[in-house]
Amino acid sequence: MSRLRLKNRLAKDKLMLWGVCLLATLTAVPLLAILGEVLLRGYDQFSWSFFTEPTPTAYKAMKAIEAGEPIPGGIANGIIGTIIMLGMAVFVAVPVGILCGAFLAENTKSRFAQFVSYLTDLLQGTPSVIIGIITYIWVVVPMKGYSAIAGSIALCIMMLPLIIRSTEETLKILPTSLKEAGLALGGNKARVMIKVQLPAAFGGIFTGILLAISRVIGETAPLMFTALGCSFIRFAINRPISAVPLLIWEFFNDPNLQDLIWGASLFLLLFVLTLNLLSKYLAKKWNQ
Amino acid sequence: MESVTPILEFKNTCVSYTKQTMAVKYVSASIERNTITAIMGPSGCGKSTLLRAVNLMHNLYPNIHVDGEILLNGKNILAMEPIDVRRRVGMVFQRPAPFPTMSIYDNVLSGFSLNGIKLSKAEKDAIVERCLRSVALWDEVKDVLNKKGTFLSGGQQQRLCIARALAMKPDVLLMDEPTSALDPIATKHIEQLLLELQKEVTILIVTHNMGQAKRISSKSMFMYLGELVEYGDTETMFSNPNDERTKAYLTGKMG
Repeated sequence: MSRLRLKNRLAKDKLMLWGVCLLATLTAVPLLAILGEVLLRGYDQFSWSFFTEPTPTAYKAMKAIEAGEPIPGGIANGIIGTIIMLGMAVFVAVPVGILCGAFLAENTKSRFAQFVSYLTDLLQGTPSVIIGIITYIWVVVPMKGYSAIAGSIALCIMMLPLIIRSTEETLKILPTSLKEAGLALGGNKARVMIKVQLPAAFGGIFTGILLAISRVIGETAPLMFTALGCSFIRFAINRPISAVPLLIWEFFNDPNLQDLIWGASLFLLLFVLTLNLLSKYLAKKWNQ
Repeated sequence: MESVTPILEFKNTCVSYTKQTMAVKYVSASIERNTITAIMGPSGCGKSTLLRAVNLMHNLYPNIHVDGEILLNGKNILAMEPIDVRRRVGMVFQRPAPFPTMSIYDNVLSGFSLNGIKLSKAEKDAIVERCLRSVALWDEVKDVLNKKGTFLSGGQQQRLCIARALAMKPDVLLMDEPTSALDPIATKHIEQLLLELQKEVTILIVTHNMGQAKRISSKSMFMYLGELVEYGDTETMFSNPNDERTKAYLTGKMG
């Protein structure tokens, strides 16, 4: 009787185990399929010129296709635009986000902090296309033109809540003894924050920054309203500029350029993947 | 006879967490210079709360109120700037808390950097050596001063924290069960160290361990339910306690 019961329980246990494994595999399938598909299609398009030359004109691409040659040119204009806009966005979003996160972590009870915290949640949930159209109204219209500045402002707004949250959460899980020890030595709150709490939270904050970057690097919608795109390499920040996700959209819309889609996609995917792995590694190292 | 101002004096000190309940009730006592005074009592009797009041740690939590007076060299610290008080009253916590991102060297000097005091390299070296020597850590760490403070063992970390507090040359050193997270050997080292240190600093130590109080302190306080039940020479208290509650605690019938 009891032996039968035991067998029964063991069988159930096994069934459960198999079920969980099956479902876990099912989750991994789409991920691996996407990676595989992009890798297979995009791999051929990687070459030196793909990263150093700007997008070809439709005419040039058409000629090459007619002659049966691979499409000349690449996505350098997009890579440079992405780097410029991300750089400017990070430059503003990181200090502002960290200071705001520190404020929220330190003043959990103040009404104002609760209000800001609520707004942060709201901002995080705002669809990116809306952030794009708002930036268009606020920046592109008064500046009378699309620009890298406008694009970076849109990306910056999207990054802020992520950096604020990760800073706040990391500071909150630090042991209170650390802050008290700093204050007990006579430091004021600001000094203890800068010299003790923020350095101790560095790993978590840095991970948050990397995740914020990888979150916005693929954003297309807000850039359509702000950066617009540009078919040659440009460094000016007050003129329209290209970005890798914008190029993917452009390539999709131009029948002559469709061969470049997969290379650009693969580049973007690998970039995000690297950032994610890096942030995972840092988080792990920091937790030790 | 001329009376000397005690280094630290509690006058009707009360600490309350909520309006209805007081964690520390009307404590009055004066602490003698260059002594070790132990604060004993069962869990929740308010001993840590009283200790933390001296360092104005309660200022961090707006719902905690401290009433009465706490005099440091005759001046009421409750009316002073926390930064000023904390520079003169050092604190060592239950768990060793060296700053994890700082080297051993920088940990000892952290009091100065946190106060924005600039020192020359020679001054820094001198302070680090003096403080680490006074906590008997110098010989063990002099070759690894650039390693992180967290690389040390628990007992060494706690001694580093004491060195860090001593670097600011405080008048009073508060210790909140400094050995409760340490093994017996590390505890013994710290106790020997405290007996040495009382020559330069007045020590107020909260302890759960009656043996420890007996071994190192010259004066003892016994607290129960927020009240200071008894305060006097440690020897007298252990051999002939005045109050029934003290007696019950010391003989293990309570606590």
